Amino acid sequence: MKKMKKVVCLGLISAMMLSAFAGCGKKDSGSDVIRIGGTGPLTGDASVYGQAAKRGAEIAVEEINALGGLQFELNYQDDTHDTEKAVNAYNVLKDWDVQISLGSVTTNPCIATAAETYADRIFALTPSASSTDVTKGKDNMFQMCFADPNQGSASAQYINDKQLGTKIAIIYKNDDAYSTGIYETFMDKAAALGINVVSTTTFNTDSQNDFSVQLNDAKNAGADLVFLPMYYQAAALILDQAKKMNYAPKFFGVDGMDGILTLEGFDTTLAEGVMLLTPFSADATDEKTVNFVTKYQEKHNEIPNQFAADAYDCVYAIYEACKKGEVTADMSAEEICDIMIAQFTTMSFDGLTGAGMTWGTNGEVTKAPKGMVIQNGVYVGLD
Amino acid sequence: MEFLSNVINGISLGSIYAIIALGYTMVYGIAKMLNFAHGDVIMVGAYVCFFMTSRYDMPVVVGILLSMFVCTVLGIVIERLAYKPLRQATSLAVLITAIGMSYFLQNAAQLLWTSNPKVFKSVVGDGGIQIAEGLYVSHVTLVTIAVCVIIMIGLTIFTGKTKMGKAMRACSEDKGAAQLMGINVNTTISITFAIGSALAAIAGVLLCSAYPNLVPTTGSMPGIKAFTAAVFGGIGSIPGALIGGVLLGIIEIFAKAYISTEISDAIVFAVLIVVLLVKPTGLLGKKISEKV
Repeated sequence: MKKMKKVVCLGLISAMMLSAFAGCGKKDSGSDVIRIGGTGPLTGDASVYGQAAKRGAEIAVEEINALGGLQFELNYQDDTHDTEKAVNAYNVLKDWDVQISLGSVTTNPCIATAAETYADRIFALTPSASSTDVTKGKDNMFQMCFADPNQGSASAQYINDKQLGTKIAIIYKNDDAYSTGIYETFMDKAAALGINVVSTTTFNTDSQNDFSVQLNDAKNAGADLVFLPMYYQAAALILDQAKKMNYAPKFFGVDGMDGILTLEGFDTTLAEGVMLLTPFSADATDEKTVNFVTKYQEKHNEIPNQFAADAYDCVYAIYEACKKGEVTADMSAEEICDIMIAQFTTMSFDGLTGAGMTWGTNGEVTKAPKGMVIQNGVYVGLD
Repeated sequence: MEFLSNVINGISLGSIYAIIALGYTMVYGIAKMLNFAHGDVIMVGAYVCFFMTSRYDMPVVVGILLSMFVCTVLGIVIERLAYKPLRQATSLAVLITAIGMSYFLQNAAQLLWTSNPKVFKSVVGDGGIQIAEGLYVSHVTLVTIAVCVIIMIGLTIFTGKTKMGKAMRACSEDKGAAQLMGINVNTTISITFAIGSALAAIAGVLLCSAYPNLVPTTGSMPGIKAFTAAVFGGIGSIPGALIGGVLLGIIEIFAKAYISTEISDAIVFAVLIVVLLVKPTGLLGKKISEKV
């Protein structure tokens, strides 16, 4: 019996060794393509964002590869919007010898992977992780989306400029870096502009079902505009409960609100009149947007959101920088990293999510936000 | 008026906790085990009802009955496969197994139905009753409270009067002695799980009717809150679950409304600790003195 156990143990050990070596085989997958990798929530609560980003990036890679010249290979790993899994997913990409990273799609995982890409000297450009903690102190981490402070202050500026409300209520998620980051900068800007904030309430992951207290507070304070810096699942419940209590202020969201219309079973009339600041509009009529939206619809049978557009732009921005910096596939990740940093801090890029985008040395992008409003179940530009 | 409106909101939230707590307390009272997978059976029930009514356009009644059926079968299967082999093991082992089962169900749901959130269409319609200006009770709340009371009365009669109910109580007091008296302990516990899981299906449908965000983790947090409610009311006590649930909901809403939205959960659990310090068996729990 004891012998039997030993044999089984040996068998298991050799199986483990084999599988450990098996991972190495992937490395020589041709040296004429540049390997781009990213992590995102392909499953889990936030999968709408991860899937959109992955699909957007895939379309860009296909287009670029069809042009001939520089060739890209894309590898998206699932992180389920979890920091620990994001680092594991990043390690998988490293085993695959990733040369340029697309960071992570959502904020908290991206803070984790950004530390890794910084240590490993791999250039990273995240489509949508918007916290300043993502880029802070890392010279090789760049963002395609607005940083949170810009979203918060841009929202306050926009509400003030367009005179959208006189009494503002805010509901934010206080255990989420994204939500609190926007809230803080919104409040700073609001104080500077003299915006009247009459109600501030919070919720967290454990209490994101019932918003009766928060909405009552806003209603009793007479708020005519409720600012919702949060992801769309909670926002959908807020819109539903506000309607049930006959409270109909204006609702103003940020880029996390994007995705609410594709929520399965969601009654889009609830979102009628909801405004949000987002850099991308799928109904724009310029050639680039029309081309992208048609391709995306053909493939996935849905209208792409901002995350898809951001990821699409990421791949093109990397492509432009690679061309200008004469990056070749046989360079090491570190060599590419230095070239990319030099290119990104000097170039100007035109994409779906803005024209004439530039990047500062802190990795933050400068582009103009667009105000959008939901009408009859689609986004329409406010301006 | 604001006070009354907060009371009503508290009762709405509490009635949801109560209906989940009923299932918890029923299983605990008889099988003497904490079925942490209860919250996830709730989620499965909600998904089944969602697919029946929203995807296949079946009548609501069919959706609810079918989800009760699926959950009942699921409950029996879980009990047979995961808990029965551990009947003689320590209660800690069973507890860990239950937590494992909870994760298994969540991940299986993620594989089967993906994690894209779904919006559950309320089974009782969206409307409500406007009592006065600013006072509004939704139909879901009324139905949930009515269902809670019906289930509570039903369970009390069932465990008190029927033969099966008596067998359950006997098993809960002393499994060994019950077996000697000719009670089939395994069947009795299976039936307890079957009933508990059918209740979970109803709770799932009502939970998602009130808060229509359906994801594979939908059941986990309300499940934990409901467990707290069951302990609060005296775990094992059927009326205790109802009272504990409603009180927990009211405390939560009051803490949010009058103290702070940021630390409401801390306040809820602080109240629980105080209650348990004063009355260790919960509000309606019986103190059983063991003879040595």
